[in-house]
Amino acid sequence: MRMKKRTSSLIILKRMARNKGAIFGLIVVLLIVFVAIFAPVIAPRDPYKQDLLASLEPPSWKHPFGTDVFGRDVLSRVIYGARTSLSISSLAVLIAFILGATVGTIAGYFHGVLDEVLMRILDVLMAFPDILLAIAIVAALGPGKINLVVAIAIYSFPQFARVMRASAMTIKNSEYIEAAKAIGESHLSTMVRYVLPNALAPLLVQATLRMATAVLTISGLSFLGLGVKPPEAEWGTDLAMARVYLEIAPHLGIFPGLALFITVLGFNLFGDGLNDALNPRLKDR
Amino acid sequence: MLKFVVRRLLLLIPVVIGVSIVSFSIMHMIPGDPARIIAGEGATVEDIMSIRIKYGLDRPLIEQYFRFMKGVITNDLRSIRTERPILTELLPRFANTAQLALVSIIISSVIGVTLGIVSAVKRNSWIDTFSMVFSLVGVSMPIFWLGILLIILFAVTLRWLPSGGKGGVEHLILPALTLGLATSAIIARMTRASVLEVLNQDYVRTVVAFGLPKRKIIYKYVLRNALIPVVTVIGLQFGYLLGGAVLTESVFGWPGLGRFVVDSIFSRDYIAVQVGIMMIATTFVLVNLLVDLVYALIDPRLRRG
Repeated sequence: MRMKKRTSSLIILKRMARNKGAIFGLIVVLLIVFVAIFAPVIAPRDPYKQDLLASLEPPSWKHPFGTDVFGRDVLSRVIYGARTSLSISSLAVLIAFILGATVGTIAGYFHGVLDEVLMRILDVLMAFPDILLAIAIVAALGPGKINLVVAIAIYSFPQFARVMRASAMTIKNSEYIEAAKAIGESHLSTMVRYVLPNALAPLLVQATLRMATAVLTISGLSFLGLGVKPPEAEWGTDLAMARVYLEIAPHLGIFPGLALFITVLGFNLFGDGLNDALNPRLKDR
Repeated sequence: MLKFVVRRLLLLIPVVIGVSIVSFSIMHMIPGDPARIIAGEGATVEDIMSIRIKYGLDRPLIEQYFRFMKGVITNDLRSIRTERPILTELLPRFANTAQLALVSIIISSVIGVTLGIVSAVKRNSWIDTFSMVFSLVGVSMPIFWLGILLIILFAVTLRWLPSGGKGGVEHLILPALTLGLATSAIIARMTRASVLEVLNQDYVRTVVAFGLPKRKIIYKYVLRNALIPVVTVIGLQFGYLLGGAVLTESVFGWPGLGRFVVDSIFSRDYIAVQVGIMMIATTFVLVNLLVDLVYALIDPRLRRG
């Protein structure tokens, strides 16, 4: 059993390694994570230190990405922005993962009325297009980092629940679940020990793709003034300020957005590659 | 068919009620006393009390919900900030959003379908590679950053187009392109996959064996079948654009519904926020339903599903 498990993950790894996009995505993701963790070491300057005499300077040797209206170093702010973005998004996606896996397992495993009710609730949450649900939640709770985590977790978990439910429905009809029941395992232990572990792969793909959406949502809400509050370095917040000064300092509109785009691209490529490696049949279509 | 329509309509009811409940609860999820927050800083106890009574915040929640729904339907509910009937405030903004979404979906359908067909027919050519890169960039691009880039290029550097506001046709071009990029990428991907699938079917192989000219095969036999799912995607994307325009509207100062909702959050006009969000989500659900029904009409196999 142990042996077989190792070979199958080896096959998946080999398939991943052949996918150039996935490798590129993985490298980008690792790089951004590295930048986020070591931001204080990498950033050339203090991202919060104002220098009003050096306001809105274009890129130079001293400030490779230029300076913003308060004379703060844009490069350092972009680097610290990775920290803000990844810390909020990973926490939110983790909560959404746990919540979605729980709801999805219960709905798929028990089926029936409970499933019907849970699915209708998910339908309602998914009836709010794009970031509208997150906006609605932040509208009530107010802006700020913790509320942002709550909003993104609630807005992301239905996807996890859907994926988990679909897997749970297939898994519960398999022979090993029947065997688990035959040896007298309770519902709870069957779900935790047999259903959930066998449905992890599609959930992980979903988690990677949801990281991309979460990063976009954080910066989108912050751009609208509903997310991370200034002066904290965040790509969306910095782009909102850049929008005001585009006529005189267009460089401000480039770099935070580029960082955001590359991060989202990385997660999407990695997620797609993971998906292809796990479902090789889909790829050639 | 009738049975299918009735069943879909019945399924719609709990979703629409749920949407109205979620929208209604926005004001009641506010930590603390909503009346105090609406009254603003420095309000007296009397101010807060009068607001509480004016908006019925002292009533039981259930009663408040029904008053809210009745107020929306009869247009008696008024905006907190302007005191005008709420639908009178929202409908013109909704029309602006719909205008933007419509132009955007037309542009992105033309780009997406063309790109999708060409890259499927000329598989593995440079245009196919370009189309794949375009799709990838399209789904990863932060929409408001794309807006900023287009402003830098066309408004600040080239000075061809205005950077925001509402006016003539020239004001629509940049926001419509911004809003449509991701959509055209999705449509291109879908079209390519669908055309490729049809190209591999037996009946297409048969007409190829008959020696019909390629152009005729594509137009007469392939596209007719391949474009059915594409029409659905376009419809679903249109619903999405109607609601997903918040960021684009904010970048370009377009006076649409999404931007109005965000402005209302800042002016603590919770009634405008509640009804605005409810309106966007309900439209989204209705457009999706319409797309499903149209799809079932074109493709009878789905009616049973």
